[in-house]
Parts: sequence; C-alpha cells; structure tokens
Amino acid sequence: MSALLRTEGVRKAYGGVHALDSCTVEIDEGTVAGLIGPNGSGKTTLFNVITGYAKADAGQVYLADKKITNVAPDKVFALGIGRTFQLTRIFASLTVLENMLVASKHGGAAARNRAMEQLEFVGIAGHHAALAGTLSYGQRKLLELAYVLVSDPAVILLDEPAGGVNLSLVNHITDRIRELNAAGKTFLIVEDNMEFVMGLCDRVTVLDSGAVVAAGPPDIIRTDRRVLNAYLGDDLEDDDPHPGEQA
Amino acid sequence: MAQEIYRAIVDGILTGGVYALMAVGLTLIFGVLDIINIAQGVLVILGAYLSYELSVRFHIDLFVGLLVTVPAMFVIGVVIQWAFIRRLRGRERTSMTLLVTYAVALIIEGILYEIFGPNPKTLNASYVQSSVHIFGFYLSDIYLYGFALAVLMVAGIYLLLYRTTFGRSVRATMQDETAARLVGIDVNRVAAVTFGVGVAVTAAGGMMFGATNAFNPNSGYDLISRLLAIIILGGLGSIGGALAASVFMLTVESLVDIWSPEWAIVVFYAALVIVLVIRPTGFFGRQPARAQ
Amino acid sequence: MKADQMKAGTVKAEEALVGTTATSVSRQRAAAGLALIVLAVAAIAFPLVFSSPVVTNYAIYALIFVAVVSAWNVFSGFSGYISLGHAVFFGSGAYTVGIAARDWHINGVAVFGLLPLAAAVGAVIAVPFGLVALRVRRHTFIVITIAVFFIFQLMAFNFSFTGGTVGVAAPFLPWSPTTFNDRFYYITLGCAAAMIVIAVLIRRSRFGLQLRAIRDDEDRARGLGVHAMRVKLTAFVLSGAVTALVGGVWFLYLTQVEPPSGFDPLFDLTLVLMAFLGGLGTITGPIIGALIIEPGQLYLTIRFTNGYLSEILLGALFLLIVLFVPRGLVPTAGEWIRRLRTRGRPAVVPVAPSTAVAAPPRVLPEAGRQAPPGEAPAREAKR
Repeated sequence: MSALLRTEGVRKAYGGVHALDSCTVEIDEGTVAGLIGPNGSGKTTLFNVITGYAKADAGQVYLADKKITNVAPDKVFALGIGRTFQLTRIFASLTVLENMLVASKHGGAAARNRAMEQLEFVGIAGHHAALAGTLSYGQRKLLELAYVLVSDPAVILLDEPAGGVNLSLVNHITDRIRELNAAGKTFLIVEDNMEFVMGLCDRVTVLDSGAVVAAGPPDIIRTDRRVLNAYLGDDLEDDDPHPGEQA
Repeated sequence: MAQEIYRAIVDGILTGGVYALMAVGLTLIFGVLDIINIAQGVLVILGAYLSYELSVRFHIDLFVGLLVTVPAMFVIGVVIQWAFIRRLRGRERTSMTLLVTYAVALIIEGILYEIFGPNPKTLNASYVQSSVHIFGFYLSDIYLYGFALAVLMVAGIYLLLYRTTFGRSVRATMQDETAARLVGIDVNRVAAVTFGVGVAVTAAGGMMFGATNAFNPNSGYDLISRLLAIIILGGLGSIGGALAASVFMLTVESLVDIWSPEWAIVVFYAALVIVLVIRPTGFFGRQPARAQ
Repeated sequence: MKADQMKAGTVKAEEALVGTTATSVSRQRAAAGLALIVLAVAAIAFPLVFSSPVVTNYAIYALIFVAVVSAWNVFSGFSGYISLGHAVFFGSGAYTVGIAARDWHINGVAVFGLLPLAAAVGAVIAVPFGLVALRVRRHTFIVITIAVFFIFQLMAFNFSFTGGTVGVAAPFLPWSPTTFNDRFYYITLGCAAAMIVIAVLIRRSRFGLQLRAIRDDEDRARGLGVHAMRVKLTAFVLSGAVTALVGGVWFLYLTQVEPPSGFDPLFDLTLVLMAFLGGLGTITGPIIGALIIEPGQLYLTIRFTNGYLSEILLGALFLLIVLFVPRGLVPTAGEWIRRLRTRGRPAVVPVAPSTAVAAPPRVLPEAGRQAPPGEAPAREAKR
C-alpha cells in the first residue's frame, strides 16, 4: 500500500523560530495515522502546510504522488483533503444546517439531504435549526467533523478532535472515526490525549521541535526512548524504568 | 522651473513634518490598540482652537501654550477612550471603533461650530510671518520650529516606547493582549494612556497646523482623510512608516501643485489607492498578529 | 408513514428549539401574511390620506433611504465590510442622469429612461472600486471607501462637465405641482419595495449564505471553497447599482445636484446609523432604522437651518446606540419576544450525542422554510 499523503523534508520558520525542520511523514491509504508531540512541536503547523494555510519554506507535500505543496486551501479542499481546527471555527451567526451548506458545492434539496445525513451521523441533527453560535463546545466539534465530511474527502486531518471534551463524547468521536475508516477514509490525527491516539491509530509519528523523532505502531512508540525524552526532557537514564515496566 | 521643484520638495518635506506629528499619534493608537481614531482630525482642530484661545485671550506664546494644551488633550483622549471605546469588544472591534470615533468627531465638530462659528481663524505669532533665507529660499521660521518640534516629539515617543517600563508594557500589549494580561500588565491603563498620548500629540500638531493654515471646524474632514491615507500608506502601526509616508505624500502633493492645485489633492488619494493595489499592507506595514 | 415521521420530526425539532407547536407556527405565518397585506395597503393609500406635500416630502425621503439602506445592507450588513463610500454611487447616479439629460437633450418623462443608465454607471464604478478595496482587511476597507468618496467629491468640484460648484440641474418634468410629490412617492415606494424583495431573495439564496459565512469567518469560508472575492464583488456591484439608480431618482425629485449634496460626507454615516439602529444584517432592521431616522433628520434640517445641531445629534445618537443597543432594535426586540414566549423552557434542548445516534428521526427541513416573524430577527442577529 503506497503512501496516500506524504510530506518530504518540509521546513517552515516563523521569524527565527523553526516550526518545522525537515519533516518527512508518510500516511498509507486507509489507515488512521496519529501525530503527537509536546506543545510547540509543530503539529498544527504541519497541518497548516499540508492544507495550504501556511507556505512551506522548503520541502514538498504529495497527495497520491501528486505534488500539492503550497496549493491554496480551497484547492486542497477540492482535491479531497478535509481538516478541522483546534479552536473550532464555525460560522456563528448561521444555523447548523446553513453551516453545512456553505461547504456544499451545489444547493437545493439534494445538498440539504446530504447535509442532514452528515449531521445525523455525528449526532447533532436535532440542532439543525439552531444558530451555530449557541452550540456547546462538544457540539461544535461534532459540527466541524460533520462539515468536513460534506465534500466526502478521501483524507481527513483532525486537529485535536478529543481536546477538551468529556469521555462519552470522546468515545462517540472514536466510533465515528472507526466507521469512516472502515468505509475507506484515511485519517491523520493530531492529539495530545494518549489513550485516544494509542487506542485508535494504526501508526503514530512523533514530532519534537519540528522534526520527526520516531514513527511506528503505537506499542513501539509508547516505549521508545526518544519519544519519552521528547516529552519529558533528556532526563532519562538507561536504567530508569519505562512507563509500564516494573521498577 | 528647477527652482520651483526644489522649493516644492523643501515645502513638502517641512509640511510633511507637521503632518507626521499628527499621523504618528494616529498610527500609534492603531498599532497598540487596533483603534482607527477618526476623531484625530477634529482633535487637531480642537488643539488649534485651544492654542488660539490661549494666544488671543491670554496672550500666551504658541509654543509656551503647548505646556497647557498638550496635557489638556491628553486628558481629553483618556476620557474618550474610557467613556466610549473601552466597552467595544468582539471581532468587529476595529470597525466599530472607527464608527464610534467618527461619531465623537461629529459631536466635537458640532460643538466647535456652536462655540466658534464657521469663520476661519489662524494662529499668529512673530515667527509665523518671519522667515529665514537659505539656499535662495525663504523658509518660514514656523516651519523650521515645527519640524524641530516634530522630530522632538517622535524621538520622545520612541524613547517612551523603547526605554521605559511603561513603553515595554505598551509594546507587549501591541504584540499580544492576552499574554500581556497574563504577565500582570494593566491593559486598561495601557490602553487609556496610549490613547491619551496619541491625542496629546495632536495638540502640537494642531498648533502647527493652525499656524500654517487657516482653519475652521470643517477642516477636520480633509485632515483626517489625509492622515488616514498617510498611515495606511506607511503601514498601520508603523511610526517610522508614518513619518516616511507623511514626507513622501506631502512632497508629491507639493510637486503636483506646481502643475495643478486642484488635482494635487486628488493625487493624494489616488496615490493611496495605487499603493494599496501593489502592496496592501503599505510601505512598512507588518502583518498584524491579530486576525482582524 | 415516513411522511408522518418526518412531519413529527420537524415538529419535534422546532418544539425543542422554540417551545412552539405546529399550529402556532402556521398561525404566526398567517398573522405575518396579514400584516404584510395591511402594510402594503397602507403604503399605497398613504398619499391619498396625507395629501399635503410637506408630509409626502418626508415620506419620499424616508423611502429613498429605505431603498438605499437596504441596498447598502445587502453588501455591508451581510458581508461585514462596512462601506462609508456609498455616496460615491448615489452621487454618480444623480450626476449621470443630470449630465445625460443635459447633453442628450432629454426632457419630460423620458428622463426616467436614464435610470437604468445610472444603475449601469454605478455597476461600472463598483467593479474597479471593489477590486481594489475588497482585497484588504475590513478596517482598511472602510478607510479606502472614505478615500474614494473624497476623490469623487473632488472630481465633481473640479471637472467642468459636472458643472463644478454649480452642479447640474434636472430637466423640467411636465407634472403639476400637486401631483409631483404623489408621483414621486409611488416611484420611490416602488424602488424601496423592489430592493426589499431583492434583499429577501438574496438572504435566502446560496449567494447570501456565502456572504454571511464570509462575515463570520472569511478565511474558513475560503478554505471550504467559497470564492470570496467573487461573492463580495457581486454584492458590492449590485449594491452600488441600486444605490446609483436611487440617486438618479433623488436627483429628479430635487431637480438639482451639486458636489456637496450629491457627495455628502454625512450620507454614509447616516446609512450606517440607520442600519445599526435597526440591526445590521437583518432585513427589517435597516428599514425601521431609516423610517425612524430620516424623518427626524429632515425635520432637524428644516427646523434648524444651520446643520450643526443635526451633526451633534447624529453623533450622539450613534454613540447611544453602540453603547446601549449594540445589536440594533430588531434583534433586541426579537430577543425579548423570544424570551417571553419560551419563559421557563430551555432554548436549546441539550441532546447527548449517544442518544441522538441511537434513534435520530429523519428530519428534513422544507426547502426555503421561513421562520415565523418573531423568530427571524433573533436568528439573524447573533453578532
């Protein structure tokens, strides 16, 4: 299985700060990939570069071997990559249903039906006529997920989908992602919630200070020394017990 | 012809200094507070009227009078900010401050009309009429003093911003208001004082403007339009940009004036539009950190 | 069976949201329809009842502003880009009709045929104007509109074909003084009604949706495929064309235009004030704002011939509105009505996601369902 979404050597600096440093990430088609790392490691920046919200200073981004580096966000969206945002960005003065319709290509009853289907799928169909600004935080996250789905993207980038929501909602979101993945969608998820990531992802990439520190299946990553160092600092000695090991 | 051109350039630079005085306050207010103070034009005129009253009624010298008008305008600025602008919140904040200050400007203009009437006034002093003979030109003394004053005040603002603790708070707030709050900076105080400083500078600008132009309450419109064009051209928030743009625009206008006085002012605005087509953030504009 | 479930689902959703029942919704709609008919009859009968030209003069000015503020609102209210340069279109429309009538020797009623030309000129001006102005951030946009306004005013003063400070006079209309006002009343009523219909159509359309999305989060809208520039520019051109046409009508009524009246610096601020008073972005808001403010302003101008008091009051009124009724009268009133009606019941029933997934009714909203009148303002006005 080839990598559906790939970045190669992506560099991005904001002023003197190197947000991304030679970042190479590969996501295979049909997998759920996780992207983790301490705060400031560049996860959201990588998302921004992939989806065109930020320009890469160097390096390339490929979708199915087609170069999509520095393509504008709306074109990236049209190519089949959808993304959500860490701080939910919804259209507050529009109703929930109207929010969905903004993303649809066409109008009319067909678009409305499809929008309602997606709203049902995530579970907020009952609020379709409410102003999006009145939704709770968790409901907004669901709305964001819903309207990323409207265009039926092949690849979905989720930025902290489980951030700040309660456990039942996290499980709900996990189930939805699994369903979509079973239907063939590829996921790249940025998340700090370790249980969420380890339980859901097929493969995890770890960023630290903008560079890829490790990549592999969750079980290996969980005990990888470089990963622990990234999160905890270079304090671990070889003899120190790893989490999960007996002292 | 060459003589005329040199003269126009020199005129432009000196007048640019006067405008810089007024524009710097405006751009400072925007840079720190994201406020577009439309009332700046009429506040300049208010400053001019204050200087006028001091000069005519109390026979106080124009420059000495600044010791009174500058603090007075500072207080007026603080009051305006505190009463009307402080409450504005939300994402449309900058646009709202524009409208609110426009309303304040109308009120001040109306009051000035009621008190002083529509007849134009000018500020007079011995040095307004006298001039210095340099390089074959006669330069009004007042322009030289004014230019010196402008340089002094801009330098003063720089010092304030970069050498004092308060200035550091101001710059911190400029970068990120929430972070500034988190480190204990009293953002409200910074806002009020900054607005006050921005307006206080107009007292000096008003005195200079009144000494070099006839003015009435209506003069504020033309002024604020020019000032806005200048600060946008120079880059919103950039003090150096305001300086450069003032001198540039006034020089261009001065040159065009040789050919056609009526079109000179149109060129002023046209230059704004042209520059914005090429470079939407102005000469020295930086990308603002905030979204709106 | 499915249809019944659907109906029940629709009703349930509405009930959950507003605490109303299906019957009261249709009752509200009937009431709204009736109110509209009464209003229309009243509007048409107005000059017959109040035949004094003084009164109809007020009405004409009010209607002119209703039309212009609705046009302004379709662009600025929906997109969030506050234009302080619509006087550019108004004055250009006035001058176009005047100059064309003068140079092409058009007299009498035929002069009204020049109104589409005024609209076209407005549209043509709006294109480059919009292309430059709409590329920048919102606050810079406002300043550019001010700058362009001044350019136009100055051009009107300076060019000879605009008549300089003297301006242009309208050709003679062969109407008796008694019917003059009445006829203009119906003309401006027609303009206002047409613009309101256009505004409603736009709001319900996909185009209107995209505009409003741009207002809420332009970058996000772009990221979802909305052609922001195209949408904004279209709204701007439409708004400008209508404003120019109404400017032409105004010119014919007043029978003259000069630079300060055609390009009046207070014109746009008055529009903003009307829209804010009523409720920016709503349809009815600006209309109510215009109907309140325009007669008031006219009265002040006539009563106190020096214009300074009206300036002070305009400014003061605006400040009061911003401080105390920031969302405008219509949305605030809508809020009160809604609160009265749903007293004690929660506005949005919190639905836990797991239960919603378990048994979601297939709720399909009817196409173009318009919320009942008391509801609409509250919906439209989340600022």
